[in-house]
Amino acid sequence: MTPEEVVGRLSSGMTVGIGGWGSRRKPMALVRALLRSPVTDLTVISYGGPDVGLLAAAGRIRRLVTAFVTLDSIPLEPHYRAARQRGAFALTEIDEAMFMWGLHAAANRLPFLPVRAGLGSDVVRVNPELRTVTSPYEDAEEFVAAPALRMDAALVHLNRADRLGNGQYLGPDPYFDDLFCEAADAAYVSCERLVETAELTENGSLQTLLVQRHSVTGVVEAPGGAHFTSCAPDQPRDEAFQRAYAAAAADPVAWEAFAARFLPPDGDEKGYRQAVRTWHEEQAAPARPEEQATPARHEKRTDPAGYEKQADPARHEERS
Amino acid sequence: MNASENGAATGTGTPVGTASGPATRAEYCVIACAEAWRGGGEILASPMGAVPSVGARLARLTFAPELLLTDGEATLVGPDGEPEGWLPYRRHLALVTGGRRHVMMGASQIDRFGNQNISCVGDWDLPSRQLLGVRGAPVNTLNNPVSYWIPRHSPRVFVERVDMVCGVGHDRASAAGPSATRFHRIPRVVSDLGVFDFATPDRSMRLASLHPGVTADEVRAATGFALTVPADVPCTRAPSPAELALIREVIDPGRTRDREVRA
Repeated sequence: MTPEEVVGRLSSGMTVGIGGWGSRRKPMALVRALLRSPVTDLTVISYGGPDVGLLAAAGRIRRLVTAFVTLDSIPLEPHYRAARQRGAFALTEIDEAMFMWGLHAAANRLPFLPVRAGLGSDVVRVNPELRTVTSPYEDAEEFVAAPALRMDAALVHLNRADRLGNGQYLGPDPYFDDLFCEAADAAYVSCERLVETAELTENGSLQTLLVQRHSVTGVVEAPGGAHFTSCAPDQPRDEAFQRAYAAAAADPVAWEAFAARFLPPDGDEKGYRQAVRTWHEEQAAPARPEEQATPARHEKRTDPAGYEKQADPARHEERS
Repeated sequence: MNASENGAATGTGTPVGTASGPATRAEYCVIACAEAWRGGGEILASPMGAVPSVGARLARLTFAPELLLTDGEATLVGPDGEPEGWLPYRRHLALVTGGRRHVMMGASQIDRFGNQNISCVGDWDLPSRQLLGVRGAPVNTLNNPVSYWIPRHSPRVFVERVDMVCGVGHDRASAAGPSATRFHRIPRVVSDLGVFDFATPDRSMRLASLHPGVTADEVRAATGFALTVPADVPCTRAPSPAELALIREVIDPGRTRDREVRA
């Protein structure tokens, strides 16, 4: 399939799960195709990164289900912050483990799974629909019943896949892409490289074949399809481009120019890749003295209000 | 086994001299963070932030050799980066709920009972400042020991009441009942001014030690709630010459610690 064909299967009002984690192996080519489509009013389920930022900036989200939104090496996602601060969509903010067990519950066709997470926290205050469940055994302990995160469609990006929908991750972490596919009525896998089934086992061990064809509806070959997020070992995160994205996202005028250049409504994935290549060539070219670009400013350590930013989870081992 | 020669919980506060000068504030902070993992046994140290990361590696290389560390991605590594296991997010979350982990998180706000906020500032429905989100703070605080690192101690961070309880504090855990309190532990809070714990009758925050050059009055002025200050507050223990050499030459030659702590 093409990204356009995948998005053609989606419709407004759907609940869509997006795989990856933060700014790591996000199905960005599919998200970009979504931006070029009229599909809107979405309930998005995501361990959020720039996928959420882009969809929020374009006003496509009715409700977001997440535990965080981050760019990893840049702690806070500017589009997401702006959208939240203007009340652009409804939010279901849950803990990372509640999210994971919600995926497990959906994949196992259970209404919920019990977690010792959320009790005592404001997660239960801001989600008044959450219920607790009491152990039927002697301990009689009380748990949060993490509700199943069932979705109409899931979008994930993997390193390799075959035409049948067998998908393979080759980086250090599968994230939760297999669960997203199993928790969705339809799942679409984009991949760096489409290979013959026999080639899958040449790239990695059997254990890397975590996404299986019975849980996949369609496959898209999209080299660089996670850009600008990381897609180890094929591609590292494009940190320079992500910085440019974040700087533009923090300023409405700059964002208009950025979006016109990289995300034109009449564009396509090939055009995006070319625009990114051209941008990198410009960055690498030494500026002539009379047109010196503004030197790169150091990122401020503290935001203007003086609230400490969280450390970079990638670099400082924030796992959950 | 415990190979510690630096067992004193507190020191005199006299700066330790080495060839490259006396211990800095950031280096005292590293020691204060490292001490969080003393005696933890064979558990995962999950530091968030530069200073806790240096502290965790220091502990692993000195008095807490059993600690597990990750590379920040999905690999369990020894102090020199040698892989010893696999820890993708799904396994990491299982390790959290298994309890064999002590995480040191940051906090945009923390209150006198140790409730922590990293989600947003202001009203959750329409925040004045959206931050990260709750992340794993709820699951962390109910399942394994959680300490906190605050690189810039101020009344904006140490607040009377946090706007959104992400990490659960003592009062909220107690109110939620035995399932919430069963594995709930907040061993320490480390800031650039001192070390804090909750060793008080009502489990509210107490000043446990002052970094050299800091007074109790300075800490009080930088704290937005009534803090318990004992009559005689000890000084945070000084790094030993061996620890200073490890911090400066082996663990953090790039001085990431200095970018986090005001000199």
